[in-house]
Amino acid sequence: MEKNQHRAPIYEALERFQKMRVVPFDVPGHKRGRGNPELVELLGQKCVSMDVNSMKPLDNLCHPISVIREAEELAADAFGAAHAFLMVGGTTSAVQSMVLSVVKAGEKIILPRNVHRSVMGALVLCGAIPVYVNPDCDERLGIPLGMKLADVKEAIRQNPDAKAVLVNNPTYYGICSDLRAIVKIAHENGMYCLADEAHGTHFYFGENLPVSAMAAGADMAAVSMHKSGGSLTQSSFLLIGPAMSEGHVRQIINLTQTTSGSYLLLSSLDISRRNLAIRGKEAFAKVVELADYAREEINAIGGYYAFADELKNGDSIYDFDRTKLSVHTLDMGLAGIEVYDILRDEYDIQIEFGDLGNFLAYLSIGDRQREVERLVAALAEIRRRYERDSMGMMSQEYIAPDVAVSPHAAFYADKESLPIEQTEGRVCSEFVMCYPPGIPILTPGERITRQILDYIHYAKEKGCSMTGPEDPDITRLNVLKGA
Amino acid sequence: MEFWFSEMHTPNVKLSIRVDRQLYSGQSDFQRIDIFESPEFGRFLVLDGYMMLTEKDEFIYHEMIVHVPMAVHPHVKRVLVIGAGDGGVIRELCRYDDIEQIDMVEIDPQVVEVCKEYLPQTACSLDDPRVKIYYEDGLKFIRWCKDCYDLIIVDSTDPFGPGEGLFTREFYGNCFKALKEDGIMVNQHESPFYKEDALAMQKAHKRIVESFPFSRVFQAHIPTYPSGHWLFGFSTKKYHPLRDLDEKRWNARGLKCRYYTTTLHKGAFYVPAYVEELLKDVEPER
Repeated sequence: MEKNQHRAPIYEALERFQKMRVVPFDVPGHKRGRGNPELVELLGQKCVSMDVNSMKPLDNLCHPISVIREAEELAADAFGAAHAFLMVGGTTSAVQSMVLSVVKAGEKIILPRNVHRSVMGALVLCGAIPVYVNPDCDERLGIPLGMKLADVKEAIRQNPDAKAVLVNNPTYYGICSDLRAIVKIAHENGMYCLADEAHGTHFYFGENLPVSAMAAGADMAAVSMHKSGGSLTQSSFLLIGPAMSEGHVRQIINLTQTTSGSYLLLSSLDISRRNLAIRGKEAFAKVVELADYAREEINAIGGYYAFADELKNGDSIYDFDRTKLSVHTLDMGLAGIEVYDILRDEYDIQIEFGDLGNFLAYLSIGDRQREVERLVAALAEIRRRYERDSMGMMSQEYIAPDVAVSPHAAFYADKESLPIEQTEGRVCSEFVMCYPPGIPILTPGERITRQILDYIHYAKEKGCSMTGPEDPDITRLNVLKGA
Repeated sequence: MEFWFSEMHTPNVKLSIRVDRQLYSGQSDFQRIDIFESPEFGRFLVLDGYMMLTEKDEFIYHEMIVHVPMAVHPHVKRVLVIGAGDGGVIRELCRYDDIEQIDMVEIDPQVVEVCKEYLPQTACSLDDPRVKIYYEDGLKFIRWCKDCYDLIIVDSTDPFGPGEGLFTREFYGNCFKALKEDGIMVNQHESPFYKEDALAMQKAHKRIVESFPFSRVFQAHIPTYPSGHWLFGFSTKKYHPLRDLDEKRWNARGLKCRYYTTTLHKGAFYVPAYVEELLKDVEPER
């Protein structure tokens, strides 16, 4: 880092602006909260008075030339990127802008099937064709892993016309593919390499963590600053490497991003970037230490398996993010989602997500030892009270998709609604996913199989929250007419 | 010179005690620790601004939290005490010759050091050979215990700050597991009077009744605690706090107390109507 990372230009501009006591005859209409006293009561005077519009002293997110521009340059410096864009529509917006920047209708993009729904949304929007690399799968844990290098090579060999390769760095569970090697072969074949780093912000600041996308030479990365980075929910960064045109990417972002960017979100990005640049190394070392401690204690309870580095295999689990507290629960006869529900309902503990065989507790720069003790103690109690035979438990299987039509074509095609049991063999025109983690079970254009229907049925029965289709109860699905 | 210690009992009520001088002030890894000397209450211990005990009225709390279960359980040999860095609970327990082992788990060693130096009235028995002090998180310690104590005394601070974990279902569940088949757990149960305290009291009660087959509360009157009306929880796997009270056996021990008597023991379980109502609100339908 070469710039003065103690600066926070947007925050400083807001502070200056407050002192000017400018009379607002512009939006937002609450006018520093005066028009909405209940909102002031809830959020506090300071917060609502910082909810202001773009103006000369505060710059403009769509076309930044002063303080936002400076904040972007500081962020780029902190993340080791050629440029950084401040995003206020969540990492979904960052991921979508990233995809839309490199592929257009009919062009191919190589990606693992366990991508976030936002990637598939981008493909529906732009009409690009997904080429899936089946992620490797861990039999015991039942979770999708990273991509094997040989599988990526094969996909590139079969699709030399593809424009880009997208990589999860890491997956929700903390698993990383060999990003450096994937970047290298993508570039050798004239393709861009994009990274979904929704769960990897800390890679840029901590030590002994997996390699970050920018350090690995990737061309773009969508970084969820609001997850491990500590900024406000919905704020995010889009990073680009030297091969990308800043102007082109900005144009793509401006197609869909708001023209009323929230200064609460923007200043939170600015302050969090400063915090991580100054204190990130120590802060994430502490998170890793807490997570390692929690793993040791949870594994000592018995019945649970909190996994980490020992899974590394040099390929589809090239690296593991030790800040992630991912725990396998099936061996004691409980689905991850069941443990997730018991923790919330009976112990007042909210964790990030549970799937059929695992749960994830999210540790971050805000965690303390005493809360970790509560989590571990509650898990010990859950085992004592609920442990049962694990026969008949289904683990989360990776189901290889059968892509019949492009996501864009399927989403916009003529369709009909059928009871879900009658959809076997038909082509789905909508998304079905468990949320979280938000990884699609079906995406538009994929053929529905018996295995998929069984999986949806079982996941619903275990209490997974299923989202995506028009019918919120998922008793019916939209399928393509005549296909 | 006017020198007063004030504690807010609610945002609108405070208790003030005139102070002669401050004997100690320090910040541990967990909390701020202060000791004051006052004309009315003698020395008193304050953690993070909350008064924990005074020399004048600590006997009420410590006698009630120890002698009530000791007069019920016929053969207490192994006791676990959580919290209690001031030593008051240990002092009362050490009066029983037939107790063989007292494990005390206190998260903050600095509280113990300070009390040993400035509050010998309560800390006097901490060096008893039967007492073993573990400086760690109570929630962590108890995870590893199964079927090993006759009596657990939870002498916690308040349900916020470092003591928060001791008011949770995971803690009470682990206490249940750590007790023998006829074990008893007694806990500091907050006050039913002011709204915020009453909510904390109800929440603790709810978590306890979910974890134990039988649980009742008993009361005492402690002048320096918010509202002066204080509750304790009595949770048990086998013995009933009144039917299994053996007055003759306990009185034969000849332990002289200033607050506790076996007659008061019986009365302490008869709580005011509004307290019964608060408790019933969070108990499952029977």
